[in-house]
Amino acid sequence: MKDNLKSLWQKLFGDSVRAFGVVSVVFLASLAIAPAKNFFSEWRHYQHGYLRMVRNRSDAVTLTHHLKGGIEQIWLPELGVVDRCTSCHVGLKEASLTDVSTQPFRKHPAIPHQLDQFGCTVCHRGQGAATTVAEAHNSTLAWEQPILPAKYIESSCGQCHRGNVPGAPQLSQGRALLSRYGCVHCHTVKLPDGSTMKPVDDPPSLEHIADKTTREWIYAWLKNPQAYAPTSTMPNFQLSDDEARDISAFLIANSIPLAGDTVTLAAKPASDPAAGASLYGESFCASCHAVQNAAGNMVGGDIGPELTRVGNKVKPEWLQAWLRNPRAYDSGTAMPHYRLSDPQVATLSGFLLAKTDSDLLANVHLEAATPEQIKHGKQLVVDHGCASCHEIGGIKRPENFAPELSRIGSKPVAQLVFLPGMQHTLPDYIATKIKQPRSFGQNLKMPQYSFTPPQIDALATALLALSDRSHSLPPSLAVPATPESNYEPAGHAAKLINDLACFSCHRINGRGGDMAPDLSWEGSSVQRQWLVEFLKNPNTLRPSLIRRMPRFNLTDGEINELTDYMMTVYQSPAVDRDSMPLSGYSPGQVELGKQLYYGKYSCQGCHIVDTKADKGYIGPTLTQVGSRLTAAWIFQWMKNPQTLRPGTIEPNRGMSDEDARALTAFLISQKGGKSPLPAKAAGNGAPGSTQEVAKK
Amino acid sequence: MTHCSRIIVRLAGAVLAMVLATSCSHEAASTPVFKPTGFGAAIVESSGGKQIAQTGGLLPQPVVVQVNDEQGTAVAGALVEFSAVPGVIFDPPSALTDSSGQVTSNVSLGGMAGRYELTASTTNKAGKKVPLTLEEIALGYQQTLGRQLNGQYCERCHNPESTVERVSNYDNLEVKPHPFTEGDMLNKISDADLTAIISHGGAALNKSALMPAWGNALSKSDIQALISYIRAVSDPPSPSAGPKYARN
Repeated sequence: MKDNLKSLWQKLFGDSVRAFGVVSVVFLASLAIAPAKNFFSEWRHYQHGYLRMVRNRSDAVTLTHHLKGGIEQIWLPELGVVDRCTSCHVGLKEASLTDVSTQPFRKHPAIPHQLDQFGCTVCHRGQGAATTVAEAHNSTLAWEQPILPAKYIESSCGQCHRGNVPGAPQLSQGRALLSRYGCVHCHTVKLPDGSTMKPVDDPPSLEHIADKTTREWIYAWLKNPQAYAPTSTMPNFQLSDDEARDISAFLIANSIPLAGDTVTLAAKPASDPAAGASLYGESFCASCHAVQNAAGNMVGGDIGPELTRVGNKVKPEWLQAWLRNPRAYDSGTAMPHYRLSDPQVATLSGFLLAKTDSDLLANVHLEAATPEQIKHGKQLVVDHGCASCHEIGGIKRPENFAPELSRIGSKPVAQLVFLPGMQHTLPDYIATKIKQPRSFGQNLKMPQYSFTPPQIDALATALLALSDRSHSLPPSLAVPATPESNYEPAGHAAKLINDLACFSCHRINGRGGDMAPDLSWEGSSVQRQWLVEFLKNPNTLRPSLIRRMPRFNLTDGEINELTDYMMTVYQSPAVDRDSMPLSGYSPGQVELGKQLYYGKYSCQGCHIVDTKADKGYIGPTLTQVGSRLTAAWIFQWMKNPQTLRPGTIEPNRGMSDEDARALTAFLISQKGGKSPLPAKAAGNGAPGSTQEVAKK
Repeated sequence: MTHCSRIIVRLAGAVLAMVLATSCSHEAASTPVFKPTGFGAAIVESSGGKQIAQTGGLLPQPVVVQVNDEQGTAVAGALVEFSAVPGVIFDPPSALTDSSGQVTSNVSLGGMAGRYELTASTTNKAGKKVPLTLEEIALGYQQTLGRQLNGQYCERCHNPESTVERVSNYDNLEVKPHPFTEGDMLNKISDADLTAIISHGGAALNKSALMPAWGNALSKSDIQALISYIRAVSDPPSPSAGPKYARN
């Protein structure tokens, strides 16, 4: 072997001419490597493929002409984008390639942005500067950013769009879940605009919990919150029996009785299921509270807690005090203060207390707590960070109990610990962490949530939007969210508005819920007498709605005060309610309006003015609209409904003033009978009426 | 020299071992192999076909298929394998039927908008594959926006089905609107005509005046989005809905 090598050496480098020749050949060959590599590059291969593909198309000449050849690049210095993706994805901007499904030649689907302004990696991630498929799409040792899987693509919208994005429902859902499930109680999320993401759940204070419920219920709840209420947002901390025993012992021992929290049962809870169901229906409890029906479906809203097994939870004394005035126990509750009479409280509490599940507490037997157990329970409460969400006497709310997530969307993969068998990508890490947090270590504190797979995808989408780019964006590109309104009504009426928790359902000047109509301009919209009657005995305006305004049993004085305030303060600058009369329109004008109503504009498709002939029930029933709305509001509404209520589905018909005036004349003449048929049919809560509608 | 060559040999060995190791680990990550204990003659859809998801997203409901024997009785323990174009993810990709003869799989569609053909197949006694094909729809950004607008503005009349949150107005209308799945009818209308009907209302085009004009309430791009959604969900498929992704 040694001899062979020696002779080879001699042959190649034996004399200087030979050596020069050999070295030159080697040198030339190595010089040729770069052009050869360039010639055989992937992007050239794809560009040739593209030319072959378009060759037989009718627009071949145009398409071929558009292809410049060579490496293409989108360079956006202010975004830090150097994207060469268009070197292979050559058909992205070709409108005629809709029928092409082979990648990388597909046309980019329609989006509201220009490729030249945003590049590719801002939305899709990946390595923009790379010129091979593997390096551009996958993460390699040298580059860390793989392509974002399509199912999380909406996270990229969320980097610039801080509010809701139409067409990106998954992002909006994820953001809502982060607030609704209280993730941000423990995890701080600082948003790029400097604000901090706020939770929208309202975990109850536990300072007076012994007034409200029993230790047995707390134990069962801690062991599995979803066994009591499947819709509960409280996660499962996977506590052992002993841990649940000790925490329940501590919470009960730590609870301080509150004056007025419980009542001596003046009226015993009545057991009259029919009357109870009727009162539950009349009070429209189901607008906010859900109950699981026999078929297993949740019926009702999600503003208040689920009541399927509420009889297992609450003490009768507490429930009666709560029904009488919830604000005594929790001044910030979303529950309105119904003015219920003592017999009504007895009936309703009896009805609710009967909602029990005999299995729930059957196996819970707790012996009297020992001081050691209570002490241990307190330690557990501190360890699990219970006070991050709940107010607990004597325990301070921990700061930054869990890792901050403000930039989780750009967390380097090298800093993550993966489970065996997992894909080593950030989205998979986030999704798995939400799905099974404890699988990353038994000592971890993050509890187990019961999210569905689409909810987990939505959460991961919202978290991925919290990227470095979202924080370093040029301000001109950021699309801010609608700022939160901290509108407060003034004066004495304000007390009433807060006591009735109007904001739980209604929005006024940007603050409040979206279940019921926006009341910001109610004073321009309705007639005073109608509002008085409505507050006395609310009925629904829309037959197709199942959630409705409850009756609060207000006194005449309260109704007058509320009405006066709304009529004076909640006025639209666009409508002068006294500018048009409520009567005195000529019969000819009314008749013309009627023709327009049934003919040209065919309003009967959605509205009812004649209960015998009309059937449409998308919009409000208009049988007595002439006693409800002001003429000026109707006229303006006909002209341009969206200026009065942005987002209303009433179409803007581009009406002339004459048409609008005639329709106003016709509608204002609809003064109606006392009790229109549809409102009665849907109205005052025959037992289970809400369920009936819900089932259809 | 020998020392050198030994190093080279060792290096080559190490590289080979690494290549082998990576290829092996790829294999280990693939799905477990099931041994069927039952064999059916037919495979039918129980639920989960014709659903709509966003691109790359999970179908709202899992796909459930059932394996039956010649008499139509459910067969337990039969192997069902799912397949589709690359990019579609089945969880699980294959499984044995349960005691009621069914297999349930959560499906994420591919990253491109369009129709996806899914195949579920079982093996019969003769060892032959019996396939069943299902079709699902993935919506891109524009169609998703259209779907939202449809839910807000159109569906209450154009969808005859009611839900808990939305009571259908379809039955109340004298002239019935076309549900957007009515491909036979809708595919004949051009994009320009659809835009005109939505913008100017039915009356302007000699159709029912019950269809209002939306041209002032909706923007041009909103109407475009609506049309792309209508094209995406029409049945039979609209020719302009784009490609169908099927495994050849």
